Amino acid sequence: MRITATVNGTTHQADDVWPGESLLFVLRERMGLPGSKNACEQGECGSCTVYLDGVPVCACLVAAGQADGRQIVTVEGLAAGGALHPVQQAFIDAGAVQCGFCTPGLLVAAHDLLARDPSPSEADVREALAGNLCRCTGYEKILDAVRLAAARLAAGPGGDGA
Amino acid sequence: MTSMFGEPIARVEDDRLLRGEGAYLDDLGHDALAAAFVRSPHAHAVIRDIDVSGALDAAGLVAIYTHEDLPGRVGEPLPLLIPHPALTHGRTGYPLAAAEVNHVGEPVVMVVATDRYLAEDAAERIVVDYDPLPAVVGVDAARAAEHLVHPDVPGNVAAHLVQANGDAAAAVAAAPHRLELDLYIERSASTPLEGRGVLARWDTESRRLRIWTSTQTSTGVRAAVAAKLGLALADVDVITPDVGGGFGVKIVHPWPEEVLVPWAAMTLGRPVKFTEDRSEHFVASAHERGQRHQVRVGFDDDGRILGLDVTFWHDNGAYIPYGVIVPIITSTQLLGPYKPGAYRVEFSSLYTNTVIVTPYRGAGRPQGAFVMERTMDAIAAELDLDRTLVRERNFIQPGEMPYDHGLIFQDGRPLIYDSGDYPAALARLKGLIGWDEFEAVRRAARAEGRRVGIGLACYVEGTGVGPYEGAHVVVETSGKVRVATGLTSQGQGHQTVFAQIAADELGVPITDVEVVTGDTRAFGYAVGTFASRAAVMSGSAVALAARAARAKAIRVAAAALEASPDDMEIVDGVVRVKGDPGSGIALGTVAVLSNPLRYAFDEAARAATQFVGGDLSTPPVAEGDEPGIEGREYFSPVRSTFASGMHAAIVETDPDTAEVKVLRYCVVHDCGTLINPRIVEGQIHGGVAQGVGGALYEKMAYDETGQLQNASFMDFLMPYVSEVPERIEIDHLETPSPLNPLGIKGAGEAGVIPGSAVIAAAIEDAEGFPITSMPISPSDLFELRRRHAASGETANASQTASVNRAG
Ligand code: FES
Ligand code: FES
Repeated sequence: MRITATVNGTTHQADDVWPGESLLFVLRERMGLPGSKNACEQGECGSCTVYLDGVPVCACLVAAGQADGRQIVTVEGLAAGGALHPVQQAFIDAGAVQCGFCTPGLLVAAHDLLARDPSPSEADVREALAGNLCRCTGYEKILDAVRLAAARLAAGPGGDGA
Repeated sequence: MTSMFGEPIARVEDDRLLRGEGAYLDDLGHDALAAAFVRSPHAHAVIRDIDVSGALDAAGLVAIYTHEDLPGRVGEPLPLLIPHPALTHGRTGYPLAAAEVNHVGEPVVMVVATDRYLAEDAAERIVVDYDPLPAVVGVDAARAAEHLVHPDVPGNVAAHLVQANGDAAAAVAAAPHRLELDLYIERSASTPLEGRGVLARWDTESRRLRIWTSTQTSTGVRAAVAAKLGLALADVDVITPDVGGGFGVKIVHPWPEEVLVPWAAMTLGRPVKFTEDRSEHFVASAHERGQRHQVRVGFDDDGRILGLDVTFWHDNGAYIPYGVIVPIITSTQLLGPYKPGAYRVEFSSLYTNTVIVTPYRGAGRPQGAFVMERTMDAIAAELDLDRTLVRERNFIQPGEMPYDHGLIFQDGRPLIYDSGDYPAALARLKGLIGWDEFEAVRRAARAEGRRVGIGLACYVEGTGVGPYEGAHVVVETSGKVRVATGLTSQGQGHQTVFAQIAADELGVPITDVEVVTGDTRAFGYAVGTFASRAAVMSGSAVALAARAARAKAIRVAAAALEASPDDMEIVDGVVRVKGDPGSGIALGTVAVLSNPLRYAFDEAARAATQFVGGDLSTPPVAEGDEPGIEGREYFSPVRSTFASGMHAAIVETDPDTAEVKVLRYCVVHDCGTLINPRIVEGQIHGGVAQGVGGALYEKMAYDETGQLQNASFMDFLMPYVSEVPERIEIDHLETPSPLNPLGIKGAGEAGVIPGSAVIAAAIEDAEGFPITSMPISPSDLFELRRRHAASGETANASQTASVNRAG
């Protein structure tokens, strides 16, 4: 089948898609957007998290056919016009990246949290990130990054929701 | 310009990774064919027949290979990477199983198709007929040896090694107090978020092979694959792309796929890629940790260890390609910061019908720390002494450094500690966690009906093992500095720390430094990233190479300025007379001057051409000199440098559900001089999370037939953000190493090492009965409570541990 979707604001089309393919596979292999990562294909790690019509989903669990005609935002779409989103900048400043494989999914999850709630409680932050596995960082600096981004967003104008 | 060394600067790697522009293995090679594997569903079986006929008309199929299709060395068993005299019965697997399979997940058939979905569809249509054999699962079954994994390996014993310093048995026998302990650690695994993967391109015109692989050693893969495929080393490039974590599992090489994929690419004349999926990673990569230990210890009235006699059994899985490194590390690093009067250790490395065992972050040290620290706690309980006091009395003192244990370490060299201050570290740890005030905390908790406990554990870690690493530093005519080192990165921030070192040594802004790691095209001689060695080995090599480049730049600039090299300095990328900012030549110009030219390719190059001047009585390049501002140096230390640390934790155990919550986790860490404290902290955090995971959650649940019951992230419980301690409190101690030019020690593995020991100690303190086996789940703890209640020992928080008193 043919899949047409708006990804990061641009219309993307892919032909000869088997409807059972995952959205993750379509994004990575057919649309040239390998930023979202595959670490389990089971919905357990969150590395493949993308926005589907504004809601974060595990792209590995979404069938390609379900994405037809929808709005998708991936990690590649978070930096507006080249400038890093405050969440991304906070990941750098807090030292929240090690190997970076979990990072795309965590960024989308953190971005979504702060879009919904610019000043989340400690428990809300943990809850929002509870579906994402990271084997490198022990999460402490990722939590720091989300707090830092929240503080910066509260202090001044910054990125908006996806 | 401020010094970069020691600063917690932001990583140079991150911008790319945060934009989703990281280039990991599976992000490459979109034009490549995809490989998938038919893997053994049996733990132990004879292959009777392989029928591929049903797959031959599968859509997109390109090729199917079985063992019989592999020519010459390609099909032969994989190399035994680290031979050792004690490894008398080394066995390694075939890239594709020949006649027998020895663990679930062992590759049997390789399928190549136009994409991964189609390759898997074709693989499903292949029928392999097996005759199952009895499976040997776990240390105890391997020891019992009712069945053999390899029929020609008696007792399932791959290796047996004894090391001793003094007569431990006699010392134990003569000691006023004696204890015996039986201590067990379960299997876990590195489990990086990115699994293994390899992409190969054979250039049919230049007849060169290019391999990208998610590895911890590109030079190792290159040598191994070149040997397997009969290619000259010079015709094989191995490039490490971004790697999504390693933690040990990617040091093994070549994996079957790293031989088969390049071979298929050569055979087919088309690029081929294999990307491991998560379930394959669980059953077809590697595990570690599984060991059973028996301790006999004799000590005096003060708790000083007079004799320590340890026997342990190591589960090495179906094959032993990485040799006996893990049990050797346990047997030597078990000693930690202590100096028993006499020590004897004996281990057997045993085959089982489970996936292979190779180092996972910590590499045998978590088991060693568990054994030693459980022993210390048992001694304290026996003598009713404070646990820190017993440790203190057994410490090697700073004045005793260097301290020779009289044993041989994992690098084949004597186990000699170079430096460290254990009493100071303990004092800091006690202060940090409030050790001496804990009884008040316990009482307050008890008054609320809560049950809490405190524990601590110490370790010493040999880091920066040899044989060597090297680095190449080049000053380009643009003034940019290119640094190359051969070892690889898996997310540790090597590019940042090596750039910090090079920027400082050369006197250039860090933004002018670019670092390449793990690419054999840029640097061909290297060992790899493991054993917390990258900062020590390549960091030192980068410093030495940058110093050489600096000396050359100063020499060239001094000649041009007719100044004495001794009066020159490099500040902000300008070589100048000390204290005279007006006198300088930019480093890029110095690079131009250093390379006498016939041809001018741009304005800057005109200054170096042959009619411009120079001393006409000497050769343009002096004898023994070279064009360019470069440094290429190697660092090869005489032996490992020993980092150390101590962790303490306070846990709460739920009286009803037996759930364990880590309330506080404190770390005192000494990795010598810090290059980038933030990166070191990140390493500690990640290590502690793995240590806590290993203590409370992670275990490989094999059933008795050798099926791994929890081979997914759904069932193998790796910590999420909800499972890690709320905050890890860290204090650094810096005792510089005398063994390298920067005074550094490794930091990569430390965080994980005492995890099981410290959590066990805290749970034991909370519960009042001995904890001798880890990890411990709520149901394990619940069961222990039930048994102790039944045996009449009440779970009383103030009661100390009981263990077997030896007769
Ligand atoms: S790859 Fe989608 S959740 Fe893990
Ligand atoms: S940074 Fe490596 S998995 Fe999170």
